[in-house]
Amino acid sequence: MKKAFKRFLERCTEGLLLLSGGTTSLAILLIVLFLFREGASFFKSPNIESGYVLAVHPENPVNHLSPEQIKRIFDSEIVRWDEVGGPAMDIELFRFSDMVQYVPEERLGADFEHVPAVVDSIVMAHPGMIAFYPEQFVAPEQQLKVFPEATIRPEDYFLGHDWQPTAHPAPQFGVIPLVLGTLWVSLFAVIFSLPFGVAVAVYLAEIASERIRKVFKPLIELLAGIPSVVYGFFGLVVIVPLIQKGFNLPVGETGLAGSIVLAIMALPTIITVAEDSMRTIPRSMKEASLALGATHWQTVYRVIIPCSISGITAAIVLGIGRAIGETMAVLMVTGNAAIIPHSLLEPVRTIPATIAAELGEAPKGGTHYEALFLLGCILFVITLVVSITVEIISSKQKSNLT
Amino acid sequence: MSPETKTGHVGRSKRRNQAIAFGIFRVLGFVVIAILFVIIGFIVIKGAGAISWEFLTGMPSEGGASGGIFPAIVGTLCLVAGSVLISFPIGVLSGIYINEYAHNNWVVRFIRIMNNNLSSIPSVVFGLFGMSLFVNTLEWGDSIIAGSFTLALLALPLVIRTTEEALKSIDDSFRQGSLALGATKLQTIRRVILPMAYPNIITGLILSIGRVSGETAPILFTVAASFLSHLPGSIFEPVMALPYHLYVISTSGTDIEASRTMAYGTALVLVAIVLVANLVANALRNFFGNKVKMN
Repeated sequence: MKKAFKRFLERCTEGLLLLSGGTTSLAILLIVLFLFREGASFFKSPNIESGYVLAVHPENPVNHLSPEQIKRIFDSEIVRWDEVGGPAMDIELFRFSDMVQYVPEERLGADFEHVPAVVDSIVMAHPGMIAFYPEQFVAPEQQLKVFPEATIRPEDYFLGHDWQPTAHPAPQFGVIPLVLGTLWVSLFAVIFSLPFGVAVAVYLAEIASERIRKVFKPLIELLAGIPSVVYGFFGLVVIVPLIQKGFNLPVGETGLAGSIVLAIMALPTIITVAEDSMRTIPRSMKEASLALGATHWQTVYRVIIPCSISGITAAIVLGIGRAIGETMAVLMVTGNAAIIPHSLLEPVRTIPATIAAELGEAPKGGTHYEALFLLGCILFVITLVVSITVEIISSKQKSNLT
Repeated sequence: MSPETKTGHVGRSKRRNQAIAFGIFRVLGFVVIAILFVIIGFIVIKGAGAISWEFLTGMPSEGGASGGIFPAIVGTLCLVAGSVLISFPIGVLSGIYINEYAHNNWVVRFIRIMNNNLSSIPSVVFGLFGMSLFVNTLEWGDSIIAGSFTLALLALPLVIRTTEEALKSIDDSFRQGSLALGATKLQTIRRVILPMAYPNIITGLILSIGRVSGETAPILFTVAASFLSHLPGSIFEPVMALPYHLYVISTSGTDIEASRTMAYGTALVLVAIVLVANLVANALRNFFGNKVKMN
């Protein structure tokens, strides 16, 4: 009886252990579920400010405008209908706030009950007009042509060149500048830190004495442990002013500052991964090289480095992955201008920094909020690709060496 | 030219090349360490002036430009405690499962891949997820509990890996010896394996405390308040936190110059937490003479 109870207890514990083992999988599942659920509803949101409609004269053949076209029309960059596939006419803009220029306020009625009719008459009188007004003033008796409700298309998002989530009347959610900014900053970060990282890895794996290693390893671990917000703060008060003075710029918050800070932060990852892969090289290979009369240095750059090249590649990929996901430090030093970067001395904005900076202001469940979750999905997919790549590379090294 | 002098010449230039190359590597190695000391030294020197009893135990005023950071310290302690309470039991148990129970089959491989993936997810994505699940769906609002769960998820892969490594370093002969004496698997784990693995597990846990206390992005939207003049009354209230406080007072505010001193002080407190965590972990590691790897 007692034995049976004991066995039962063992089974329970095993079950509990299996359950805990499954927690990470469950967590990833939940992350995917919640992230993509919020992100997916982005493509169901209207492509203009919600609660508003666009309307044109019924004889105008244009039925759909992309968010970018709408923005450029209302910014007076597109001034003719034939530029967007319409008749050869000038575009006249009508915003709801322009109402009083056309009719005195009294004509709108005490409860604005005459507004639909007034809007209708104004648009009917101007064949080239595009009107932007609240949807509560759409009425069945209106003759003007209200654009059917259009949603943001994936190509507007993934190929859009403009990120202006609070633009009026059509918010712009083009992720190209953010994606390029992220890759730009991360790439240079790894370029900066790679020579240092590999050199230190070689130093620790091959040259340094055991005593120096014992001092270095915890210090590099400490470098990895410093919070990113502290790196960001250090970048803000030391590196940013240095760059501003050094390159004589109006502002020091640039992609370069972000790359330097990220390079320092990527160092521990690159050093650890590269060193580990150098240490897994079989002793016999090294000894064979030395026995053939090669010096230690020749062995390092003809045997050790080529043999650990997949480990070094894994280190590069991991470093880029870390840099792409880094939020606070980048947010604090890159200046956060959502423009496509042309040089390192311009402000850039990365995907994580955008999420961190804008999520607080985005109304819950709104288009902007969903757009930011979609950015999170992009980040998630990038890091997934990174970790799968690393997995493949390191399993390749294992099979190469054995 | 005789063959001897030729080889002698080549040998010399080979040796010279080696000396130059290794010299460069050594210098670069020390440059990296110098970077660490510059950053820490800068923050210690600039921040030491701000540290006082009032700074550590006072309430903030003028939007963080003066006063103390007591609520932020308390908030960070709450978050660390909360996330530790959630992630440590689950993490240690699942580490035990992976190393002791599961055989090298697809279950372990799957769990390990999931673990790697979880640890590579950027912290801001954890923030988004925490906001969506804990704050909005479960309607906990911006609260200590939502922040603790979010941070716990972030710490989980670290805890699991540390436990796994600690258990892996124990020789199989101990397990076999215990089993041969008639102990069950559970008894072996509880009486033999765990007591031997404790030092390493604890070392890793301390390091992950250091990591959790400095995370900013996951708490941005799940718990952190930029300015509170009172301490939290329950786990369903928002708190200030050190890393978020540092971010706020160094990037926004009416008088950034005035709040700089406060920012240096806050940065110093944060760095000090990480330093202490690392020192303690290292001391333990040296004391027990075993290696635990983080990263």
